[in-house]
Amino acid sequence: MSKDPLDGAGAAAPTAQTPRSLLLSRPGMPAGPAGAGTPVTLSSRHADGYAKTAATTAAAPSAPAGRSPVRAAGTGGIVAGSAVLLVVSVLAAVVIGQADITVREVWTVLTDRLNLSFLQVDAVGLGAQQPSAIRADVIWEMRLPRAVNAVVVGAGLAVVGAIMQTLTRNPMADPYLLGISSGASTGAVLVIVAGFGSGLVGVSAGAFAGALLAFVLVLVIGQRSGTLTPVRMILAGIAIGQLCNALTTFVILWVADPNATQDAQFWLSGSLAASRWSSMRIAAIVLIIALLLCLWRARALNAFAFGDDAAASLGVDVNRVRWTLLVACALLTGVLVAVSGAIGFVGLLLPHAVRFLVGPDHRLVLPLSCVLGGVFLLWVDTVARTVFDPRELPVGVVTAILGVPAFIWILRKKQVRA
Amino acid sequence: MIEPIAQPQVATSAQGLKVHEVSWSVKGTLIVDGVELHAPHGKITGLLGPNGSGKTTLLRAVARLSTPDRGVVHLDGDDLSGLRRRELARRLAVVEQHAGTDLDVTVLDVVLLGRTPYRSALQSDSEHDRALAMEALHLVDMVEFAGRKWGTLSGGEKQRVQLARALTQQPSLLVLDEPTNHLDVAHALSLLSLVQRAGLTTLAALHDLNLAAMYCDHLVVLRQGRVEASGRPHDVLTPKLLREVYDVDADVGTHPRTGRPLLTFHPPAEPASELVHAAGRVRVSGGDP
Repeated sequence: MSKDPLDGAGAAAPTAQTPRSLLLSRPGMPAGPAGAGTPVTLSSRHADGYAKTAATTAAAPSAPAGRSPVRAAGTGGIVAGSAVLLVVSVLAAVVIGQADITVREVWTVLTDRLNLSFLQVDAVGLGAQQPSAIRADVIWEMRLPRAVNAVVVGAGLAVVGAIMQTLTRNPMADPYLLGISSGASTGAVLVIVAGFGSGLVGVSAGAFAGALLAFVLVLVIGQRSGTLTPVRMILAGIAIGQLCNALTTFVILWVADPNATQDAQFWLSGSLAASRWSSMRIAAIVLIIALLLCLWRARALNAFAFGDDAAASLGVDVNRVRWTLLVACALLTGVLVAVSGAIGFVGLLLPHAVRFLVGPDHRLVLPLSCVLGGVFLLWVDTVARTVFDPRELPVGVVTAILGVPAFIWILRKKQVRA
Repeated sequence: MIEPIAQPQVATSAQGLKVHEVSWSVKGTLIVDGVELHAPHGKITGLLGPNGSGKTTLLRAVARLSTPDRGVVHLDGDDLSGLRRRELARRLAVVEQHAGTDLDVTVLDVVLLGRTPYRSALQSDSEHDRALAMEALHLVDMVEFAGRKWGTLSGGEKQRVQLARALTQQPSLLVLDEPTNHLDVAHALSLLSLVQRAGLTTLAALHDLNLAAMYCDHLVVLRQGRVEASGRPHDVLTPKLLREVYDVDADVGTHPRTGRPLLTFHPPAEPASELVHAAGRVRVSGGDP
């Protein structure tokens, strides 16, 4: 604090009589209307001018009053805490369920398969407890990939929701509510039916195309004379989503596969039951790239708080930022839907919860939405597969039960512009 | 780490804003038609004109929020269209007539947005940025509000915070689009006083002619996208011009305290007399069955 702002204030060193302004220290600057004197002493209540301001800033450089308490706790603490939460959640989700798997078994399988057996330390209760081959397969081939898929999908949906809410200035934006997930499902189903195979790359590409097309349609239908209003956008999203769901159902029943009903349910409301290690590869890579891209634009995203023109006048290349990120959102939605089908409301709920915790700064909102979105969907999926054990509840049913009240709350609280 | 804050300005470059032959049309209709304008350095230039005369469109063209069909805008000798957007945002700041957000941002968050053009993607706000933001809040007399949520502010407070954000951009030109439109008279006066004391080259679209007369050093009057008159308030605000441009009759006196022009508007004569006649006819016809 000691020297920097003062040194920068210009050639004349500040003195007690003539405090120099950081902002307005240009030579030749005219005084106020009736010769108001030095430009800084605008108010009699702060006649000591800059010195007082400097003191205020020096006293509270990092956590001014009114910042959320979590933010004050420090970014490092938040990141560390959420990382621990993520690891614990994954372990818990693998243990929970039929077969009474223990944490030690999970640890043994994990360290064996990853060639990290030196981490099996008896002294801290993490020694080897060799499970049977079947139990090891349940852990490694079913539970773990399902948990990791849930984390990837939840993380991705939450990031997509956060970006969309900012770029469309619509607090109700969510890839599912805007029909984009449904568009992705239709694209994926069409690729499979058209005989391009059910390979992950082809299905993901089809889902991306469907997501992008649905998104563009929603943006076109949702705007009137160049302005997008949240409510119009949601209505357009519902229309496009319903159309896509109808198309998806039609195509699946037309082909009349023996598994048609199950397929339809997967693509319409999502499921993580078919998760394998192989199914998440593309999604995980796209998630990491998209997250880095969005983080790189985090400051620009903050500048969108007061709208496109405000962002532009703060030096943001609005069109470039918006279109890169919206295409990234469509791509991410597409690859996630290829993994899990169309799961709703995660992208709506999580960004709001995160902003409630840490405030609206995207440099925190994006990474935290990512981690907490993963944790959230992981727990939702764990509940969905265990609550009526051995029958599974579709994961989309649980997210909707949690999401719809939140949707109504946002609609009422946020005074959404019609 | 800290860049020099005051950019020492060479006297010759301090030419203010010069708008040359700027035109902008939508679907073949000219909204701004070859506007020529000079906003002198360090002065407040008021942009006047009735609704639809092209004030906002011209301001948007100056701030490069829209691209004019032709014409150039120079700020202190530099062609603004040649600057990168970030560079532009360091030299020109905009306050809109009504800025709103759904987000739970604090006043300090909003003011720190003014540092966006100076910071790279993940760089956090430096102590210098915070000092500038607090200084700006101090200048608009809003220091105590730093931690308050945006949504809890009154209209006048919001505009003062936006002005603080604009000052935090350390611009050499301030562009204000009817900044006092939603404010009561006390807040309107205080906002324009703050703008005046900031001492920056300012181009402000204003609706209230008396406010313009009181605070502007220089006035430019637009009518149907063309400059109708420009000059010092006393020379521009004449009964003849008000009649021609605004279609009102007014007396122009002198403000007893400021010596600036003081406008007194007359109620429109003709429609009132028609009403009297109409009332008379009704009474006559009603009283004579």
